[in-house]
Amino acid sequence: MRIAGKGLNPNAKPLTFTFDGRTYTGLEGDTLASALLANGVRLVGRSFKYHRPRGILTAGSEEPNALVTTGEGPAQDPNQRATTLELYDGLVARSQNAWPSLKYDAMAINDIASPFLSAGFYYKTFMWPQSFWEKLYEPIIRRAAGLGALSGQANEDLYEKVFAHCDVLVIGAGPSGIMAALTAARAGADVILADESSEYGGRLLSETFDVGGQPGANWVADQIAELAAMDNVRLMSRTTVTGAYDQGTFGALEQLNARGGPKECFWRIVCKHSVLCAGALERPIAFPNNDRPGIMMASAVRSYLNRCGVAPGRTVSVFCNNDDAHRTAVDLIDAGVDVAAVIDSRTDAPTMGQYRLIKGGRVIGTKGRHRVTHVSVSTAEGIEHISTDCLAMSGGWNPTVHLTCHMNGRPDWNDAVLSFVPGENAVPNMSVAGSAAGHMSTLACLTSGAEIGADVARGLCLSPKVVVPTAEDAPYRIEALWQVEGKGRKWLDFQNDVHVKDVQLAAQENFRSVEHMKRYTTQGMATDQGKNSNVQALAVLADATGRGIPDTGTTTFRPPYVPVSIGAMGAGGQGKGFAPERLTTSHQASVDRGAPMIEAGLWYRPSYFPKPTETTWLDSCNREVGYVRNAVGVCDVSTLGKIDIQGPDAAAFLDFVYCNTFSTLKENRVRYGLMLREDGHVMDDGTTARIGPNHYVMTTTTAAAGQVMTHLEWVAQALRPDLNVRFASVTEHWAQFAIAGSKARELLNTMLDDPIDDDQWPFMSCGVVSLGGVSARLFRISFSGEHAYELAVPARFGASLFRQLVAQAEGMGGGAYGMEALNVLRIEKGFITHAEIHGRITAFDLGLDRLVSQKKDCIGNAASRREGLLAPQREQLVGLKPVDKAGKMTAGAHLFGNGADAVSANDQGYVTSVCFSPTLGHSIGMGFLIDGPNRIGERIQLVDHMRDVQTLCEVCSPVFFDPDGGRARG
Amino acid sequence: MAKLIPSPPCAGLLPKTIGSLAIREVDVGPITLIAPFSGGGSATSDVLKAEFGFGFPSPNRALGENPRIAWFGLNQALLMGAACPALPQAACVDQSDGWVIVCLEGAKVQDVLARVVPIDLRAPVFKQGHTARTLVGHMHGAVTRMGDQRFELTAMRSMAATLVHELERAALGVSARSSQ
Repeated sequence: MRIAGKGLNPNAKPLTFTFDGRTYTGLEGDTLASALLANGVRLVGRSFKYHRPRGILTAGSEEPNALVTTGEGPAQDPNQRATTLELYDGLVARSQNAWPSLKYDAMAINDIASPFLSAGFYYKTFMWPQSFWEKLYEPIIRRAAGLGALSGQANEDLYEKVFAHCDVLVIGAGPSGIMAALTAARAGADVILADESSEYGGRLLSETFDVGGQPGANWVADQIAELAAMDNVRLMSRTTVTGAYDQGTFGALEQLNARGGPKECFWRIVCKHSVLCAGALERPIAFPNNDRPGIMMASAVRSYLNRCGVAPGRTVSVFCNNDDAHRTAVDLIDAGVDVAAVIDSRTDAPTMGQYRLIKGGRVIGTKGRHRVTHVSVSTAEGIEHISTDCLAMSGGWNPTVHLTCHMNGRPDWNDAVLSFVPGENAVPNMSVAGSAAGHMSTLACLTSGAEIGADVARGLCLSPKVVVPTAEDAPYRIEALWQVEGKGRKWLDFQNDVHVKDVQLAAQENFRSVEHMKRYTTQGMATDQGKNSNVQALAVLADATGRGIPDTGTTTFRPPYVPVSIGAMGAGGQGKGFAPERLTTSHQASVDRGAPMIEAGLWYRPSYFPKPTETTWLDSCNREVGYVRNAVGVCDVSTLGKIDIQGPDAAAFLDFVYCNTFSTLKENRVRYGLMLREDGHVMDDGTTARIGPNHYVMTTTTAAAGQVMTHLEWVAQALRPDLNVRFASVTEHWAQFAIAGSKARELLNTMLDDPIDDDQWPFMSCGVVSLGGVSARLFRISFSGEHAYELAVPARFGASLFRQLVAQAEGMGGGAYGMEALNVLRIEKGFITHAEIHGRITAFDLGLDRLVSQKKDCIGNAASRREGLLAPQREQLVGLKPVDKAGKMTAGAHLFGNGADAVSANDQGYVTSVCFSPTLGHSIGMGFLIDGPNRIGERIQLVDHMRDVQTLCEVCSPVFFDPDGGRARG
Repeated sequence: MAKLIPSPPCAGLLPKTIGSLAIREVDVGPITLIAPFSGGGSATSDVLKAEFGFGFPSPNRALGENPRIAWFGLNQALLMGAACPALPQAACVDQSDGWVIVCLEGAKVQDVLARVVPIDLRAPVFKQGHTARTLVGHMHGAVTRMGDQRFELTAMRSMAATLVHELERAALGVSARSSQ
């Protein structure tokens, strides 16, 4: 219910929202949780495993129970914490994990069957038969247990990823965070102050403390105004720092309260220093049936009351082991809410106001199905039943040490605060201030924030001043209370339905290590990462194993601190954002001709250029092969890597990286080159042209262009720094086109300013030509086996040149050809690609052994001659053709002796490339066969188990067409 | 006879204004990658100085206005806006058509860049005349500060469409926030 006059925003506008189909009214500044409480809604969800009715437990991101789904269709967003979800007009939220309704959930039968569903029951119960686990048991269990679900549709919401840099990142804008930020910023440091809430101030917004002689919230507003006015400060609200990473990098998730704009933003913040001011989280007490709706954290009750003006109950009780929780009763009484009793487990508990105090009392049971109605209290006089509709509990505070553990730091046990505090230097250049460091009074928080802010500023060679306002400085009085004996389950991890007995069972079954206990019980897993339950679970485990809590240790707190949606982490990766697209200059012309574009690395290349009469890709491909074999074809080959190599030692460098020799190559000539890895296997191949005395242009395959460039850098910097050579990629500068076919020169001569002839331009020559006054490079090389050239122009002219080349070719009975035809043309000639040089192939395997010059050293030379790499047992390159010309061949098929069983023991080799050759009228292929070159003419069985193909083939030379190469030279 | 018509990398893609951010393509004229040979650094620098008034730049620095030179990697710089003089002690490679250069200008330009460039571009750290080889979205490229609210990005020509797409997306995010 709303309390008139309470709350930080008295003039808040009303907002309408729906929860589970019912319409309610809330106020601006509400979270969904506070709005639901204001409307008297207590039951908000069902628990993960037992489907127990659950209500709102906390008022922050540690909430384990109040998880809801918002949005519809692709924008459906599950597992949102109602306690941090800001209310907006028209918000539609639904409860989760309940069917048919939240109130009457059929799966609540699990709760009745709970004795059979204890920790580890899956592993014991569903052992047999083995195959049933995957097919039957697991799907059923998964359906019964769970949180919200995604829609299964592609999310079209906008997410962002942003980088930020600063001197000082202050994590948390409570009293210590504000002081740290102010002190560092006033001294001149560049500061980012991030807080997960929509408003700055932390606990000061939820308490009734004065700071500097004014109400805490007013003091916060003044300081934030000062920070906001500084150029060197960036304030980031709704931003949770989720992880600490190397080199002062932090991940942070920003929730944007923007409808229509980005939904979430994932920040990567790089800072010189960080100050963790993440505060502390109040922990529950494990007493019987402590999970009923209406049982909440005492601090959450104060938050809803003081910040939102909402009382979570009409008659509230408090159960605690520390002074702090008494303030809940005081604040409620001040607001006119009844307080039934404060039950303090300490026999010396002080009285802090006009309420009934039960010293040395313990809550040993609760009643109420969908909300708590009674609590049973054990006192010195006996058992008393107290009527209440809200029980505020507090087992003390756990400093929020999570981020300090993200780089493998371990927290230290502190007896004074009965919890873990951050270890020393757990994260490089991170300091911890305030209650995150175990300082529990407001003054101690303000002071530690200011002092650490000053320390950090001094580390940046600045001159800070420490000024701390006045504030309360009450001692933190607490007595250990982890669990209360009594009948009924005492819940530890509300989110995973883990109770005290589960932890004890883990210990009993010898899962005594805290990490084993976690896996056995699932305590501390899932979206809240044990924020509420860790310390109590450890205490129970410590008790069950007869060790102390410090000896028991903690499990590992891992990032992210709060759940981060994949949408935010992968922001920008939707659709076209997945990877850059590299487009050739002829891209638009190819698309205009209806060519399906296929990916080659990041490049897009035309597969084929369909004509209206053609019904399959093969029709187009065959026609395009015919262009090249019979007239002239044009193909964009700009995607091949082109590396400019210059320097006095350029020739020596090439001799070292290629297995064959380039120092002997004459100027204006081109040579095929094979490059080996250091292990002697083939890395890449291509042609290299000598265009000046100390100037070469190397081409690489499209796929390996980056790899070769990296390799050259490595060789030049690490292996041969003695060689004076420089190289640079010119792939992007030149648009290059293959012009192939008997009419290639005829076509070229229609384009060039000065015609060429065979004498000046023999096979494997290169040089400079002019096209309409534009200087171009011409290479007489062939990847088709035909009389062919590659013509390179500066990329700005690529689109224009391609259109003109294709138009001319079409006039000569030819035209453009795509990747399919290019592939057929090269297989007909036995030319290799990365289908053949796939990383496990040597020059010997390719029949190119003699290319590895023994007159000089080169990378991979010695390794390529290792014993075993030259043996006839190696699988070597051969051609394959079907004995029956209609026989089907597939790449990836394996080769077996004729008549042998097609089993791996009989494997003789495999097929790497296959095509239908329109030139020959049947399928042809290339592959690797044991001792292949000596088995020409032999019949061999091609078997593709995956595609159920079996074809008798003949082993032949891999060069199917024009074996003496006369067409390319002529 | 061929009649070749040039087309710029961002033909049909730019200019664009998104929110307060203006994105336009920059034609800097000829671009030459200069990589001095071993021991040829000072000789190369001397020729450049005599010709243009600036020498070979230190790492992460750009010199001159038009023409200008920008560090572009280990022992490499891009000379832009002028024909490269004879530099016998350096490898000189024409890359005039290899790069797309776009200018981003506007009050929120750093916010937009923070969505695509991972490095620290705060004014006291990355001043006018500073340049860096870095990531631009998923792409390798370079960023140079040209003024208080003006930067140039360099990326591979073939990725011009992706570059514009990434910048549009970043600018839309920034402008959606500004309009809140």
